[in-house]
Formats: sequence, C-alpha cells, structure tokens
Amino acid sequence: MGWTGSLGDLVVPVAVVFLSLWGLFQKVPVFDCFLEGAAGGIRTAVRILPALVGLMTAVSMFRASGALDVLTWALRPLAGLAGFPEEAIPLALLRPVSGSGALVIFEDILANCGPDSFAGRVASVLQGSTETTFYTIAVYYGAVKVSRTRHTLPAAVVGDLTGFIASALLVRFFFGP
Amino acid sequence: MGKDDAAVMMTWIFCAMAALSLVFGLMNGRMGQVSAAALEGSSAAVTLSLKLLGAMCLWSGLMEVAERSRLTEKLSRLFTPVFRLLFHGLSPSSPAGRAIAMNVAANLLGLGNAATPLGLAAMRELAAQEPCHGAASDHMVLFVVLNTASLQLIPTTTAALRLAAGSSSPFEILPAVWCSSLCSVSAALLAAKLFQRFGRGRHGLDR
Repeated sequence: MGWTGSLGDLVVPVAVVFLSLWGLFQKVPVFDCFLEGAAGGIRTAVRILPALVGLMTAVSMFRASGALDVLTWALRPLAGLAGFPEEAIPLALLRPVSGSGALVIFEDILANCGPDSFAGRVASVLQGSTETTFYTIAVYYGAVKVSRTRHTLPAAVVGDLTGFIASALLVRFFFGP
Repeated sequence: MGKDDAAVMMTWIFCAMAALSLVFGLMNGRMGQVSAAALEGSSAAVTLSLKLLGAMCLWSGLMEVAERSRLTEKLSRLFTPVFRLLFHGLSPSSPAGRAIAMNVAANLLGLGNAATPLGLAAMRELAAQEPCHGAASDHMVLFVVLNTASLQLIPTTTAALRLAAGSSSPFEILPAVWCSSLCSVSAALLAAKLFQRFGRGRHGLDR
C-alpha cells in the first residue's frame, strides 16, 4: 500500500522541523542543544559496542554451525500456527532478553531476507513495537529490592506474544500476503 | 530479580550459543565456517554500530532540544486521562504520579537514556508511598508492565537499519508498528489488571 510509505516519508522531516521550531519558540539555543545531544549519541553507540561485538560473534558462530537452522526448524510448527515467518523466529526469542542481541539478529534477517520482504517487514515491526522485557523487569524491581514480582512476568509475556502475532497479522494487512 | 540476574542470563545465553556452535559445527563438519564467522562477526559488530551512529546522533540531538524546551513535560500532561484510568487511587500530581507520566512521555519520544532514570525514580516513589516488604504493589506491577511494552512513536534505530539494508521505504512500517504497539500494550495492561483481580480472588488479601 502506497500511503503507508508516504506517511512514513513525512515523519522524520516533520519531526526535525517541529522540534527545531518548538525549541526556537521556547527560546532554547537549538543548535547548541543539538550538538550536545548528538555528542551523547556517540557515547551511547560506544557504550553498546562491546555487547554488540560479543553477541555478534556468538550469533555468527551459532548460524554458521547450523545450530540456528535446527532451532528454527524445531519452532517452525508453532510459528506456522500464528502465521509468523520462520526467519524471524530467532528475533522473537532474543528480543525480550537482550536489546543488543536483538539488533544483531534483526540486521542478520534484513541482510538475508531483504528489508522489504515479508520476513524483513515482520522483523522490522516486531523490532519497533516490542521492548527488552526481562531486562526491564530485572532493572526496575532491582532498584527497589522487590523480589516477589507477582503477576508482572505473565502479564508482560502476554503483551510480547500479542506483539509477535500482531506484527505478522499487521504486515499481512498493510502489505498483502 | 536484580540487575545482576540480567547479567547472569546474558552470560548463560552467550556461553550456550558458543558451546552449541562448537557441537553443531563438529557434527555438521562446518568448523571452518564457524571459525570464519567468529572473526567476521566481531568486525561486523563495528560496522553495525557505525550504521547506527548517524541516526543515534541525529535523534539524540533532536531529543536534547525536545527536553530542554520542556516538551517531555508538556507531553506528560496529555497522559493524565489514561493515568487516572490505569492507576486507581494514585494522584497524577504526587511525586510518583509525576515521575510515571514523565517516564511515559520519555518512552513515547524514544528517550531511552532519560526514561530509565525517571522510571527508577517512579519505582522508588511508589515504594515509599506503599511500603512493600519485597513484594510488588499493584501500581508497581502495572508500571513495570507498561515499561516492558514499547511506546516509542518513531523507531529510528529500526528505520536506520532498514535504510542501511537497502529498503526502498524505511518508514513504511510505521502504521503497522503503531498498531502492533497498541495491541501489545493493551494486551499487557489488560492481562495485568485481570491477573490482579484473579490473584486477589484466589488468595484473599495479597498484601
């Protein structure tokens, strides 16, 4: 569908213009702020690099050995039931656990299937619409020393599973099967 | 559960993947490929971070402008009606309420670096307001569940990687991302509310 593309094309330019004008209107030194924030972006990129190196090495070895094929093969019936592309299964497995790991697998899927393929689009929607569930739960409760998390994990997992199924359904709806 | 548990989980995943690669590599006679992949993987990680660097700088820069011009605060006020619906009995103007609303606003804008400290501040305020003795309160559960779902309006990292992979329209997935986020957030919150009621009915008083 063409309109999803044209809506998408609008978002970044509108965001850039809106934020700069808003800053100007609020009498903020827009370009100074931008530079300060952009420098922070470099620090973030450097901070995640060690995790990316570790996980990219592990994921590449895992794929080259054929272990990833076996894992995907084992989960294929379950994914088929939900209409979920088998190539995106590894992303669904790692996304709730590790942000860097998900980035690595996501890039792998884009390179192997193409970003505009069915699997590539489902992986993109999944990557864009879910979070690192387990890490968030660990960090948030860790900060207040809460160990009995009651129904947090089941509810969060319901959300994640809904996201997995919804991403496959919505890609079919917006882009056709 | 704590931050250490997250690290332990990653250690296990890393070690299991490495060990399984060795086993499957030997079984399939693909040790050559595994060895090459290990070296290629580490340098591919640097390429990946370079692909992300530009988008990260651009977005962090724009978001600094948004924060300094108090857009997060403005946005957090729009959240009040939803807040009243979700957090019964918690005042939106209490310290916990304000921290929660700011955290949600930061998440909407994709300000990961700002959202986490705000979220942790909200957790501490909630803990101070309703002493929990190691067990999560209903508000805490709901708030953490909200943070395990993605609220980000513009998934810049995802789009940057799509562009780098040669997508003809990196942002075409946006409407699908919004609908999918909405589905998973609603399902997670609904599940939290249902489990809360279900748990109460079964155990009587929970706290």
